[in-house]
Amino acid sequence: MTSEFAIETHELRKLYGDIVAVGGLTLQVQQGEVFGFLGPNGAGKTTSIKMLLSLIAPSTGSARLLGEPLGSRSVRSRIGFLPEHFRFHDWLTGREFLTLHGELYGMAKERLRPRIKELLDLVGLAPFEHKLLRTYSKGMLQRIGLAQALLNDPLLVFLDEPTSGLDPIGRRLVRDIIHDLRQKGTTVFLNSHLLSEVEITCDRVAFIKQGEVVQTSQLKSLVDGETSVTIRCSEPTPDILNGLEQFGKNLRANGDTLTLTVSEEDCLPAITRYLVAQGVDVYAIIPQRLSLEDLFIQVVGTDGGL
Amino acid sequence: MGTWIIARLTFREAVRRKIVLTGFLLGVAFILLFSVGFYYINQERLTNNAFQSPITADAFYNTITLTGLYVVNFLMVVMAALVAADTLAGEISTGTIQSLAAKPLRRSEIVLGKWLGFAILLALYVLLMAGGILLSTSLQSGYRMPNMLVGLALMYLAALVVMTITIACSSRLSTLATGGLVIGLYGLAFVGSWVEQIGSVMNSPAAVQVGIVSSLLMPSEAIWRRAAHEMTAPLSRMIAFGPFSTASVPSNAMLIYSGVYLLAALWVAVRQFNRRDL
Repeated sequence: MTSEFAIETHELRKLYGDIVAVGGLTLQVQQGEVFGFLGPNGAGKTTSIKMLLSLIAPSTGSARLLGEPLGSRSVRSRIGFLPEHFRFHDWLTGREFLTLHGELYGMAKERLRPRIKELLDLVGLAPFEHKLLRTYSKGMLQRIGLAQALLNDPLLVFLDEPTSGLDPIGRRLVRDIIHDLRQKGTTVFLNSHLLSEVEITCDRVAFIKQGEVVQTSQLKSLVDGETSVTIRCSEPTPDILNGLEQFGKNLRANGDTLTLTVSEEDCLPAITRYLVAQGVDVYAIIPQRLSLEDLFIQVVGTDGGL
Repeated sequence: MGTWIIARLTFREAVRRKIVLTGFLLGVAFILLFSVGFYYINQERLTNNAFQSPITADAFYNTITLTGLYVVNFLMVVMAALVAADTLAGEISTGTIQSLAAKPLRRSEIVLGKWLGFAILLALYVLLMAGGILLSTSLQSGYRMPNMLVGLALMYLAALVVMTITIACSSRLSTLATGGLVIGLYGLAFVGSWVEQIGSVMNSPAAVQVGIVSSLLMPSEAIWRRAAHEMTAPLSRMIAFGPFSTASVPSNAMLIYSGVYLLAALWVAVRQFNRRDL
């Protein structure tokens, strides 16, 4: 059965006694989408991922992955997962580790062998394939974990904090891999704290707080969208200020500095022309895009949801 | 298929973590020590012309060999509890289980695979240890234990019972709690078994009942006593009270109970692990 959604959850909840870990997660991730899952520590991100992977049983609610209900083994053979903290059997070598997980996916030897070679090259661990994972650095473990998550050419990949232990080169690698996955039409569910990474890689993000989706945003519209503008000019009269409100909202004047939120950058020349026509001397007009971090703080709040 | 992959993984872990090597070296050291001891005791017997009749010689060798097997039995129980205590609890607490359980694998395959891996490990251990003891006495004196295979099979069953109940505890409790509980149960059965022995000699049905109840909680010691009884020489059986003679012999019903106990523990392990949040 095919479905347009790779992930579809409805009021997924997880309670531990009185403690609400996830308070009703409802979201839809389209196939082929790179989806960022954002929220403060303790918001229930990892618990949510674990419920989707059937590692944790939801208390109530339902979800479908690739059109099938949670727990289906045939779905799990089409999914990749890089767990947080990437703890693996460290007494295996890199190659043995990938062979084991390939076998667990039910992959035949003929298919597995070239795939392992390909992935070891991709994550740059080919020279270390015969070393025990115990001797790997944190970054190397993350890379081998990533290779493990891609063994079966999954349709849907869950990456739980995939770049947290990586140096800039490693992060670049993860970004490139996600880019390639998007090209292939793979759905990526990315849980990350590194908002700048998410900003570059994701199509859409969901902000969650106390296990509920507070907002989902298209990142493209975020980037193209609302812009805060700071204008430095000779002090305008109240009439001029009133006239400025036609261009945007949240107008604030503080002596010679004005701030205003506009819906798109295209209206900046019009603002300049208007001010000049009113006889105002304009010294600077600076658009400030709302970064994902600003949005994060706006949506989630500085208390981190605690 | 998944079960077999996990079984191989479990066995490989034991090899990689040097459990197999340590067990093997200690086993060989133990067999050597036993063999040297047996040699001198045997020399003493021959020079002093003690236990000359075939029946007494038989009983003499039998007691010494049983002493060796008694230690082997104890080591096997400890080994079974040690290797299995950390297997689920440890993997759950470190999180290594997550990448396994997210694969297209039944949870029961993980439990059964681990069980099978340890079962193979313990089979090799019993063959090495008990086989070494029996081979050593046989080569030095030509003595053959009665019902050797039945005895070894029962000793293996005792180790399997301990290993299985350990996995069942490990599916729910932490490694330390599992170890503590299993060793506690074993201690209970051990003491209970002696209460039963003494009670039987003293004709105290209440004491015998205490022993039986403790064996129901943990049948491993009762299985050993049955194994020892099977392998005891006819003359020693008549003495009826000694470290390895059995005044109160565990019945066939107890053996059947042990098998049911093992299967029930395995079922509990699978069921608890199925429900466990990882």
